[in-house]
Amino acid sequence: MTAHVPPSALAAYASGSPDDAAAWTIEVHLEGCAECRDRLGELATPPLRALLGDAREAILEQARTGPRPVRRRPLRRWWLRWTDWSLLAWAAMTCTAILAAVLLDRNYPDQPSAVLLLAPVAPLAGLAVAWSRRANPNWEVVAGTARAGLELLLRRTLAVLLLVAPVLAVAGLAVGRNPALWLLPCLTFTAATLLLGSRVGVPLAAAVLGGGWLAAVAAVSFTGGAESARAAAATEALLRPATMPAWATAAVVLTVLTALRAEHLRRPAG
Amino acid sequence: MVRAVSADEVAPTRHAWRIEAVGLSVKAGRHLAVDNLGLTLGSGVHGLLGPNGAGKSTLMRALATVVKPHAGVLRLLGADAATTRELRPVRRRLGYLPQQFGYYPRFTVREYVEYVAWLREMPASAVPAAAQRAIDRVRLTDRADAKLKSLSGGMLRRAGIAQAIVNEPELLLLDEPTVGLDPEQRVEFRELIRELGADACVLVSTHLVEDVVAACSDVILMDNGARVFQGLPADLVRHGETGGVGDSAAERGYSYLLKQHRGA
Repeated sequence: MTAHVPPSALAAYASGSPDDAAAWTIEVHLEGCAECRDRLGELATPPLRALLGDAREAILEQARTGPRPVRRRPLRRWWLRWTDWSLLAWAAMTCTAILAAVLLDRNYPDQPSAVLLLAPVAPLAGLAVAWSRRANPNWEVVAGTARAGLELLLRRTLAVLLLVAPVLAVAGLAVGRNPALWLLPCLTFTAATLLLGSRVGVPLAAAVLGGGWLAAVAAVSFTGGAESARAAAATEALLRPATMPAWATAAVVLTVLTALRAEHLRRPAG
Repeated sequence: MVRAVSADEVAPTRHAWRIEAVGLSVKAGRHLAVDNLGLTLGSGVHGLLGPNGAGKSTLMRALATVVKPHAGVLRLLGADAATTRELRPVRRRLGYLPQQFGYYPRFTVREYVEYVAWLREMPASAVPAAAQRAIDRVRLTDRADAKLKSLSGGMLRRAGIAQAIVNEPELLLLDEPTVGLDPEQRVEFRELIRELGADACVLVSTHLVEDVVAACSDVILMDNGARVFQGLPADLVRHGETGGVGDSAAERGYSYLLKQHRGA
């Protein structure tokens, strides 16, 4: 603001005499210039001061007695954006399954570890629910928004993993296993589900991969029959410290491939 | 305080129509619900009429970018809706109320509208004011902080309209918005969409012929996935003078055109 309002114009404005066009010019300047507002304040006559004082009182009174501002709840908002209500029921189910696996491991220490066999597919049910059309009442509104796609899917995936990982960690400690043995296969299966989900939809991908893994485990366990040692060797062969670098590599490769196919997740199938 | 203007806002419009469909086919499950449809819509309020199963909701879903067109060309706000890469900027400028408006019962109206505003990538600083304005516009101000599960059917529908208009969309798709509204609310709703239609392209799918005649600048009549008629509400009324069954001239026009189409 270079040109301030000349004192004569300001005096005329304070006394209410200029025409509309002149008044607008002055007002536009006053809105952005504290200095001229101060000068105008000094020019105000006593009746005007009284009027302004009354107006100020009335505004303050209204602010005191009017409705309170709406309380912001940042924590709750954060929760709503990172998760989905439909996940809660699923989380309880997964925790129960992991607890059952811990009990199995405790009671049958010579059998293959149920916790390790369950760990890879533990988050898949959550992923299926978090991105399923049927489980989300709001699906149709969400699916047509700008954030729908990889971003929202990753937020929910992270929420699912953060719900599952602590439970698995406690279970792993309870049966005395190396954390990498359950964590890496878990991440690999999650990435594989997202990648396959970009083609056939996440719920179907979770069903295929989770169901496939559990069916394979069941098949190997049953054919083992009496020779439980051989069955244990077959099922746990994949989940040994020696295979962990392969699991880690697979997790990284699958994650990169998922990122490359991000655009295909924008319109969720299934 | 001077508001910053983004590049999006000053970009010239490069498209003639907000919605442009050529030979559009959309599947609902395995059934081809929209079959070889041609449609061009500009700004204004357009009423989409048709019997049950005519493909109205499937068409709305395709326009809302929720389902991918099976065949044909669909351009929304100048962008190709079949190319997922172009979807994101279009979706920011789109508002959609689905026919089955599902919701999370624990959300309050305000939380829900703000959540949808966030999903449509509105700037965080603009969200609270925009949500309040949307809630005011559908007359839910006094229930703004009530849980969704405590609302009646008509209030829920209005909450649904609020979430659809929160981002001041250029393309607003409302599927059966007047279900559950009482006559007074319907009149208020018509006023609201007329106001919105001044700038935006508003497409309202409905069964209620009188809603269309009262509030829309343009009528599209669909049957069996195809367009039967597109014209002014006055044209629909004029067809009613020639024949058809119904209580009002518009209803007679509706049934007459459907009968003509099916007979042909």
